[in-house]
Amino acid sequence: MIETILNRILVSIPVLFGVLFLGFALVQLAPGDPARVQAGPTAPPEVVEQIRAEMGLDQPVIVQFGKYMERLAHGDLGRSLISNKSVTSELAAAIVPTIELMVASLFWSIPLGIAMGTLAAVWRGSLFDRFIMAISVAGVSLPIFFICLILIQFLGVKFPLFPFIGRGGPLWTMEGLRHIALPALSLGLIFIGPVSRMTRSSVLEVLRLDHVRTARAKGLPERQVILRHGLRNALIPVVTLVGLQIGYLLGGAVVTETIFSYPGIGRLAVGAILSSDFPLTQGTILALAVGFILVNLIVDILYTQLDPRAQKT
Amino acid sequence: MADPVLSLRDLDVRFNSDGHQLRVVNGVGFDLMAGQTLGLVGESGCGKSVTSLAIMRLLASPPAEIAGGEVIFENRDLLKLSKREMRELRGGRMGMIFQEPMTSLNPVYTCGSQIIESLRRHSGLTGKAARERAIELLETVRLPSPEKRVDDYPHQLSGGQRQRVMIALALANDPTVLIADEPTTALDVTIQAQILDLLRDLQERTGTAVLLITHDLGVVAETCQAVVVMYAGTVVERGDVSSIFADPQHPYTVGLMAAVPRMDAIQGRLTAIPGSVPPPWERVVGCRFAPRCPLADDRCRNERPALREIAPGHEIACWKAPIEGVSATGGQS
Repeated sequence: MIETILNRILVSIPVLFGVLFLGFALVQLAPGDPARVQAGPTAPPEVVEQIRAEMGLDQPVIVQFGKYMERLAHGDLGRSLISNKSVTSELAAAIVPTIELMVASLFWSIPLGIAMGTLAAVWRGSLFDRFIMAISVAGVSLPIFFICLILIQFLGVKFPLFPFIGRGGPLWTMEGLRHIALPALSLGLIFIGPVSRMTRSSVLEVLRLDHVRTARAKGLPERQVILRHGLRNALIPVVTLVGLQIGYLLGGAVVTETIFSYPGIGRLAVGAILSSDFPLTQGTILALAVGFILVNLIVDILYTQLDPRAQKT
Repeated sequence: MADPVLSLRDLDVRFNSDGHQLRVVNGVGFDLMAGQTLGLVGESGCGKSVTSLAIMRLLASPPAEIAGGEVIFENRDLLKLSKREMRELRGGRMGMIFQEPMTSLNPVYTCGSQIIESLRRHSGLTGKAARERAIELLETVRLPSPEKRVDDYPHQLSGGQRQRVMIALALANDPTVLIADEPTTALDVTIQAQILDLLRDLQERTGTAVLLITHDLGVVAETCQAVVVMYAGTVVERGDVSSIFADPQHPYTVGLMAAVPRMDAIQGRLTAIPGSVPPPWERVVGCRFAPRCPLADDRCRNERPALREIAPGHEIACWKAPIEGVSATGGQS
């Protein structure tokens, strides 16, 4: 088990390296000039050039990347060009709200999606099934910003139940919960569609298998047949899907956090990119990549727990 | 002879698909005596598996529909029981083994836990007692090192070993009736023989009545005391093994026996029955075998023969019986 995990972590290192390099190159290609940002809009061109040389931006990209990696190896992510705080502290402040948002949206949407998908499979062809599938199609096809705006319009403005700006505090406080409600609701909504659809088709497939007939031949009650011998097996592909979807969720978080002015990694990334804050952009890319790799690692571990065939014997 | 433990009377099973009604099992009836092994034979698609699933009420409905008949077990008609009453019997006093050992066990649970699940359900055994009983059962089916195998997952076992686990599972709660739906078809020949030996042994030891569904007449000759031959959803011949093998009367049974390859005769091509089984949507007025029967005449094509006794313990549904000059080896002449 530990060997598997270590193996996965080793495999992740080149992935991380690749992501960082691509991110680095893309930021170079993006419009905006970090030296100009640092110098200020009114500084004369000589000063801008001098600052550019100081920042090492006049050197080839590959050299810059090498220097960046060298600093990274020492745990130094640089300083934000705008706030002049260290990127590490900026990330540290933003990471907790983002994790809270992830947890809050997954906490309700995954169980609900799985339950909806299972019931839809069991009552296949019923009105309930069609209703669930209609909802999930809507969930899949509505863009996240639109869901956010609709939720703000109805639950924030027309019936002012929840605040929709900023973070009220840590998740375990009442204010924190009230503030996270709308962002978590909108992020979760884009999740429910794929999860319930996948669960439905997976459960339908498993219920046709021979071992389910064996379970029935044992005289097990139908509920036990469906939960223990149907859903349990059906969850294997669902877990894979959830792992992949969390990647999209990270992307969705960028939009959601921006719309709700929620102080997480996503909003930090958007702010950094828009203001050509080069070190901070690179820092957020690093944080998101690490997050994605971690989630996939967790999914792999879960996978071996769910499917004994995936374990080495 | 003892009383029957399981009796089928005029069982009718239909499949409804796209507004069509397919009559897959048509008036099937037989008696399974206590301690007996009864072979239900016929070629693929003749309705034998459907019959066995109908007895256990394991057919998915829709599309299947049990349209009529009775299945009497312990003086009760299984077709009239509530779902709950039926669940009490399934896995308890009625066990079932399926054709595909590779897929009939749940891959995500250990073999032991799948047996324990059934013990807990019907015998009320839990914890250590259930585990010990599971190991004991695996020992009974002669699985090597059962105390280790009990914690193995199905994918760690071979096909024959999995079928042994399935048998242990089916026998877990000392059933009165064991239905074995082609238990050896998916296994290779040496393993087949072992599994059949095991079934026969267990049957002698426990006195469980066995309904053995197979298309293999060799298996029937070795294991069964009585035979029911099915063709296209109907019973064409039934009786005890000795009389049917010595003196097959229905032209279909005769053809089946002729089709069995023999060790003691040099044959060129294998003998086959010409034609194929009529599809269930085809309406046949007379005998369903008539289109393939070498002896068929106008009466066969227009009137359906009912089962009638031609010798004690030997019944046949054919207008031509008893037939002279037809032997199992010679085919039709």
